[in-house]
Amino acid sequence: MEVAYIIETLIKIVVILLVFSALAGFGTYFERKILAFMQRRLGPMHVGPFGLLQIAADGIKLFTKEDIVPTNAVGPIFKIAPVITAATAFMAAAAIPFLPQFTIFGYTVHPIVADVNIGILYILGVMAVGFYGPLLGSLASSNKFALISAARAASVFISYEVVTGLSLLAPLMMVGSFSLIDFNNYQAGGIGDWIIWSQPVAFVLFWIAAFAETGRTPFHLVANDHEIIDGFGTEYSGMRWGLFFIGEYANMFFISFVIVLLFLGGFGDGSVLGALGFLLKMSFFFFFFLWTRAAWPDIRPDQLMWLCWKVLMPLAVINVVVTGFVMMF
Amino acid sequence: MMPDPVDFTPLLEQFKTAGLLKMMGDTPLISVHSNELFSVVTFVKEAMGFILLLDITAVDNLDMAHPTSTRFELIYLFRHKDFNKTMALKTAIVDPDVGVETILPLYDAADWLEREVWDQYGVLFQNHPTLKRILNHNEFVGHPLRKDYEITKGQYCTETQDMLDEMQPLLDARGLDMERDELMILNLGPSHPASHGTIRTLVALDGETVRAGASEIGYLHRGFEKSCENHDYNQIIPYTDRLNYCSALMNNIAFAKTVEDMLGVTLPDRGIFIRVILTELSRVIDHLVCLAAGLLDMGAQTNYWYLFNPRNDATDFLSKLTGARLTNSYMRIGGMTHDLYDGWRADLDDILKKVDSGIAQTLTMIEHNRIYQDRIQNISPVSAEQAIAYGFTGPNLRASGVPYDLRFDKPYYYYDTFDFDLVVGSQGDTHDRMMVRFEEMLQSIKIIRQAADTLPGGEFNIADHRIVMPPKTAVYNSIEGMMNQFKLVYEGVKVPKGEYYGAFEAANGELGFYIVSDGSGTPYKVKVRAPSFLHMAAYPKIIENYQVADAIMTLGSLNIIAGEMDR
Repeated sequence: MEVAYIIETLIKIVVILLVFSALAGFGTYFERKILAFMQRRLGPMHVGPFGLLQIAADGIKLFTKEDIVPTNAVGPIFKIAPVITAATAFMAAAAIPFLPQFTIFGYTVHPIVADVNIGILYILGVMAVGFYGPLLGSLASSNKFALISAARAASVFISYEVVTGLSLLAPLMMVGSFSLIDFNNYQAGGIGDWIIWSQPVAFVLFWIAAFAETGRTPFHLVANDHEIIDGFGTEYSGMRWGLFFIGEYANMFFISFVIVLLFLGGFGDGSVLGALGFLLKMSFFFFFFLWTRAAWPDIRPDQLMWLCWKVLMPLAVINVVVTGFVMMF
Repeated sequence: MMPDPVDFTPLLEQFKTAGLLKMMGDTPLISVHSNELFSVVTFVKEAMGFILLLDITAVDNLDMAHPTSTRFELIYLFRHKDFNKTMALKTAIVDPDVGVETILPLYDAADWLEREVWDQYGVLFQNHPTLKRILNHNEFVGHPLRKDYEITKGQYCTETQDMLDEMQPLLDARGLDMERDELMILNLGPSHPASHGTIRTLVALDGETVRAGASEIGYLHRGFEKSCENHDYNQIIPYTDRLNYCSALMNNIAFAKTVEDMLGVTLPDRGIFIRVILTELSRVIDHLVCLAAGLLDMGAQTNYWYLFNPRNDATDFLSKLTGARLTNSYMRIGGMTHDLYDGWRADLDDILKKVDSGIAQTLTMIEHNRIYQDRIQNISPVSAEQAIAYGFTGPNLRASGVPYDLRFDKPYYYYDTFDFDLVVGSQGDTHDRMMVRFEEMLQSIKIIRQAADTLPGGEFNIADHRIVMPPKTAVYNSIEGMMNQFKLVYEGVKVPKGEYYGAFEAANGELGFYIVSDGSGTPYKVKVRAPSFLHMAAYPKIIENYQVADAIMTLGSLNIIAGEMDR
């Protein structure tokens, strides 16, 4: 039993790693295609049918490019930083149930690596550690644009951690558990049971914070190429830069999963229909990241801080208080 | 309606040494003694109302057949506060190492203009705070526009300057200290993604806020003005393409028109209308590029394609018409290379429709977008007085609420007969600079439609074959035709001896050519009054106390074109 459990977990880890590494690649393809359609152009078209092999070409390019470490960079930290981003993104995936449990050859599979009872805390914590990637990378690369990026990273991520945490408090009070499976089961009764109806404010706040935490437009500030070149990525080349990229896209996928699990009923009762709905809902949120990028300009760093501390945080606190009162009476 | 001629008698009464040299068109050229220059300029500004300093340049008389009293002469060009009158002052420089008093206290625009004259001609301006090279490299030896500087003589310059000689006085003036105030020096450019050409701006940052800035230009300096002295007038036209490469045709037209004015000829109506259509189309293209790139700088990606796709169609049209997408070289002195092609109207209407819808869609995306408005409103505002002092012209000046547009104030090419509106802003901030350009495109489209509707038939080139190439049949079959062809190819268009300043409302502002002719087919001197040059001079000042992100937007909204700025 012990051995079987370890083997099963290892298989799950490998599958998640492979699937999401590939998805991160496809994520760039989806992004380029969807943006292209919204912007009346074709996007990648030349490598393979509809440019599908563009990902392979990009991958080969990233892997075979020279790995440059600037002379003045702090070598070990510079080298480890992208790994932090990518590794923590995948570590967060351990507590996410990607599908309802299903039976195959008489063996029940739980598509979650570890159903820890503090799943949400774990995910938030690991994602927070992920911010050390850009932060350390930019501080270690001895580049002034990267330094500005580090300052932006520190302020943005710390600020929005607060919003994320506070916005989740209210739903947590209702469900009374940190496990994502429990969250799913709490909403298993159908669309009417979804937490989004009882906690719309928390949903919107969490969603907005997700944009800041993944660094997507309109909060694309930490690596804003028009202002600070590529921020933390300025001095990176080849696959080290690629790891940042994979981390960013994996994070987008995982956040999309988490939003659906927390607020939109997850996979519901666990039927095939529920599983399909789960993936569809997740895809919508991923698509929404791209859609926003096509539609909106970027905000300015000080405006982002203003939004966080003067609008979102007070709202989150009020939401917690109101939820408390409603639950009390 | 012709404006009243400039009444310069008060100046002559006040200063006994001053005297009218000649009229350049309706611009009086008045000679002034170099010792009195500062007080004359003060009088010209305060008492006579010439508030806009257009240009300062010098002439080296070394090669002149009949040299005047001194080798170097300085030319100052001013525009009246009614904007329809210009005046020029000329002062003889006895010793370039002594030079003249700077007029920087009177006009902020004089800063870079005087630096340029010193750089190119080696004429000193006393009491100028930072009289150093601007277009040429800091290691450069000599003054390239002097006639004894050989045009083929190149120099290898490799060392970059740290520019702290400019930055330190700025910091001192603001009571700032690099160490104490924990400032960071940062180079925005010359190869920064949003520097729109190779422009270097050194900024002292406090956090992300710009506390002081200094710009270094000249990365694209290729000696346009020196090259002009070695080519005949028609050969210069391809060079003018490279001034403002976003609206090359407009530079062609502005240069050709100036030379035609010197020759005293005007085009047949068809030629003028074709020029109006192409001018306004170029203006639309220029503004489309500016706005598309500006919006991209704030991450509003999609608008880039909404604006750039119609621009692409417009360049396709130009390619079909002129044979080139970007550097058209379509104009010639006295007309243009050929007439419009069959079916041009349908193509043009199609483009205008696409531009219209591209603008409408972009405005739908941004006009009521809170992020867009918050990013650009009240960013780097320039007051009307300040904009005039900086020497702003064109959309950037109109954004500050100054209703100056040569097409209204001093109409040429029948602009007074077209129905269109003058677009002005109110705050002069980044928002106004961008929105003025949006509205100007719509007005330009109106002009194009009217001009295309009323396009007359007939000849489009002037008939004088001493100026315009004769048709090939005449060259092969008649002795006159062959002689005309021979003279034009070997000697170029002979322009009467004298000097002239021609102004043209280009996409970025007043594009002026100050040309001195010695009567041959090659200009003795050409000076471009490039609007971007003065806009860029103001840029490091107006971004102060705004953030890096704002500075990027401001640079985009000023629409600095390095080609015309660096020449």
